[in-house]
Amino acid sequence: MSKLPIRARVASTLGEAAGKVSRLTGRGDGSVIGGVVGLRVAPDLLRQLSAGRQIVLVTGTNGKTTTTRLVTAAIGSLGQDVASNAFGANMESGLVSALSGAPDAPYAVLEVDERYLPSMIKATSPRVVVLLNLSRDQMDRAAEIWLVARRWREAFAAAPDIRVVANADDPLVAWAAGSASHVTWVAAGQRWHEDSWCCPECGSHLRRDELGWRCGECGLSRPSARWVLDGDSMIDSAGAVHELSLSLPGRANRSNAVMALAVAGLFGADVGQALPNLRSVVSVAGRYTTVQRRGRTLHLLLAKNPAGWLEAFDVLDPDGRPVLLAVNAQVPDGKDTSWLWDVDYRVLRGRPVLVAGERRIDLAVRLEADEVPFDLVDGVEAAVDRVPAGGLDVIANYTAFQQIRTTLGRTA
Amino acid sequence: MTVPNSRFAANGSGGAGHRRPGLNGAGLNGAGRNGAGLDAASQDGAGRDGDMLWGAEDPGLTARGPLTGPGQSGRSPAGPSALRLVWIYPDLLSTYGDRGNLIMLARRARLRGIAVEPIQVNSDQPVPQQGDIYLLGGGEDLPQVLAAQRLRAGGGLQAAIGNGAVVFAVCAGYQLIGSVFGGAQGEPVGGLGILDISSGRGDRRGVGEVLADVDPRLGVDRLTGFENHQGVTRLGPDARPLARVTLGVGNGDGTEGAYAGRILGTYLHGPALVRNPGLADLLLSWAAGPLPALPDADEAWTRRLRAERLAAVSP
Repeated sequence: MSKLPIRARVASTLGEAAGKVSRLTGRGDGSVIGGVVGLRVAPDLLRQLSAGRQIVLVTGTNGKTTTTRLVTAAIGSLGQDVASNAFGANMESGLVSALSGAPDAPYAVLEVDERYLPSMIKATSPRVVVLLNLSRDQMDRAAEIWLVARRWREAFAAAPDIRVVANADDPLVAWAAGSASHVTWVAAGQRWHEDSWCCPECGSHLRRDELGWRCGECGLSRPSARWVLDGDSMIDSAGAVHELSLSLPGRANRSNAVMALAVAGLFGADVGQALPNLRSVVSVAGRYTTVQRRGRTLHLLLAKNPAGWLEAFDVLDPDGRPVLLAVNAQVPDGKDTSWLWDVDYRVLRGRPVLVAGERRIDLAVRLEADEVPFDLVDGVEAAVDRVPAGGLDVIANYTAFQQIRTTLGRTA
Repeated sequence: MTVPNSRFAANGSGGAGHRRPGLNGAGLNGAGRNGAGLDAASQDGAGRDGDMLWGAEDPGLTARGPLTGPGQSGRSPAGPSALRLVWIYPDLLSTYGDRGNLIMLARRARLRGIAVEPIQVNSDQPVPQQGDIYLLGGGEDLPQVLAAQRLRAGGGLQAAIGNGAVVFAVCAGYQLIGSVFGGAQGEPVGGLGILDISSGRGDRRGVGEVLADVDPRLGVDRLTGFENHQGVTRLGPDARPLARVTLGVGNGDGTEGAYAGRILGTYLHGPALVRNPGLADLLLSWAAGPLPALPDADEAWTRRLRAERLAAVSP
C-alpha cells in the first residue's frame, strides 16, 4: 500500500470504508460501492493497484465467479496471499475494491465481465487471461458474442506478453485466443453448441466429431490441448491422470477446475498440492450452497442463460426430487425472457416442478409447451411448504437467486 | 376433435398464393420422417435426428427433433399429409429463442389434430421446396449476411414460395427477405427480394417491449412482444404494414412488420408467436385452412401471459 501515490492511497482507504458501511448496514457485500467511491477520487486507481502484481483475469459467459474462486484456491497452494473479487463484482469498481482490500497480496485473481476484457487488460496488464466459454446471454444489454470474440482477438494481438489459458472445445473462444502469442489449450468440454455451429473465421458450417470441431472450408480446427478433462478425471500437461473428486457438483465445475489447475501450473503450482485446495471449495457466492429449512434440504443453483441452465440440469438430483425454478427479468437478468425457449425443459419430466419468480407465467407457458407438469408458488418459502421432507433443488436466474438468498438469510 | 382435412381445404384468409398440386409427392416426405434423406446433401448430416438442436446427451431426444406434442402421443402421427414446418438455418438464425415459434406452431396445429412434421435445415443443407410454413429467425450481423448469401444461391425457399408456401420471418430474417438490408458496417447487402421491403441501419438500437395494432383485415389481436434491433425498414408498394406501433420502434416509421400474400415478417424477435397465438393461427390457417378454436384449457396460460404483459406496459 505504501508504494501507492497519496491520492490513490486516500481513494483506496475511502473505498474500503464505504465497503464496510455497505456490509454493516446489510445493503450488500460491499464489493462494488467501495470501488465506486475509490474511482471517483482517483480514476487511475486500478492501474496503480495492479502494478507490480501477478494478475490473472478470468472471463467467459458462464463459470467466471466459480473459476475465479478455484484459481484463487489453486494459486493459494503456492503459500502467498491472493487478492480476488470473490463475489462476482466484475466491473472496474469491483476489481478496485478487491485490490484495495489486499494491498500486499502478490497475486490477484480477478473475474472480469466479458465485454470489458479489453479495457481491463489495458488497465491491469495481466500475466494470464483465462477464457472459459462464450454463449448467448442477456442480449438486450450484452453485445453480440461474435463481436465480443473479435474484440478479445484484437486485444490479445495487441498484448503479446499475455499468456492465455483457453478452452479449446469452444470454437469462438479458440478463435479469439488464436491471436495470442502464448496459449495453453485446455480440453474443458462444451455441451452448449447452439452458438458455435458456424466457423468464427469464415462462417462455414463447422463439423464436429469425437476429435473436436473443424471447419471444412478455412481449416480452423480445435487446437490440441495439453490439459484434458476426461469424465471425473483430468490429464495434466505432463500426462499424469488425477481424480478430481471436487465438492462442487457437475460437469461444468470439473471443467472450471481443470482450467484453474492449468493456470496454477503456469505459476509453478503442483497439481497434487493444488487439488486439495480445489476440493475444499464447497460453495461460491451462494451457488451450490445447501440450506436447511423446516426439514427440507435446499440445493441452490444459479443459471443465467441457456448454457447455464443446461449445466444446472446436469447437477439435479438423479432420483427425481422436486425442483423449484425461479425466473425474473430485471435489468441484470435481461428484460427479455425469449431465452426460455432456448432451454429444453423436457429433462424435468417425471419430477415435481414448482415455478416462481416475477416472470413465472412466461415459464409456465414454456413448460406447458414442453409438456412438463408444474405448480405455481409465490416464492421459496411456499415451495418449501409444498414439498415433502427431503431435498429440494432450486434453479434461479440472477436477481431471482439473490431474492431467494435474501429470503433464506445471507448465510446461504 | 375432428380434423378438417385442412391442407386440402385450405385457401385461408389473406393467402394469395396458390396451392401446389401433388402435396403427397416425393421430396421430403421420407426424408423428414426417417431423418435420412436430408443427409444425402450434407456430409456430416448435422441436422439428422435433431442432434444439433439439443446435443447428443439429451435424454429427451427423439428422431423427430425437438418437438413433442399431442400429435406424437397417438392422436395423429405425422403422415404424408403432415403439415411441414421448415425452420431455416437455426445454425445462423436462431439468436434468441426462435425455436419458440416452431414449437408454438406445432403445438397449436397438433392440438387441433393436425399432424406436424418439423424439419430443420442447416446452412450447409438445401432448403426443401415442399414445406408448408417456413420460419426464419433472428441473428447477428455476420450470420445474417451469410444466411442471405446461401439462401440466394440455393433457391429452395424462393421455389417453395412459388409453390404457395407460408413464410414467417423475424428480425434479421425479416430484413433478409427484403430487397436490401444493412450489413455489419451498415453497408447495403442484397436480400432475397421476396417481400417488398428495404432495410438499413438506424441511429440507435430499439430495445424493449412492443405493442402494436394489427391491420384489421388480418383479424388478429394486437401484438405484444420484445424487439432488439437497429434496423429501419421501409415498405414498398407491394407490402402492407403488419401493424401500427403504440409502444416501441418497429419499422421506425410508426408501422411494425410487413406482409404480402402468405409472406409475413416482424421485428418482434425470438418467440414472437408465444405471446401472439392469433398470429400463429393466422399462419396455420394460411397453410391449412380455417381452424377451430382451441378449448379454454389449452389457452389458459397463454391468455394469462398476454394479459400480464399487456398490463405491464399499459400506462
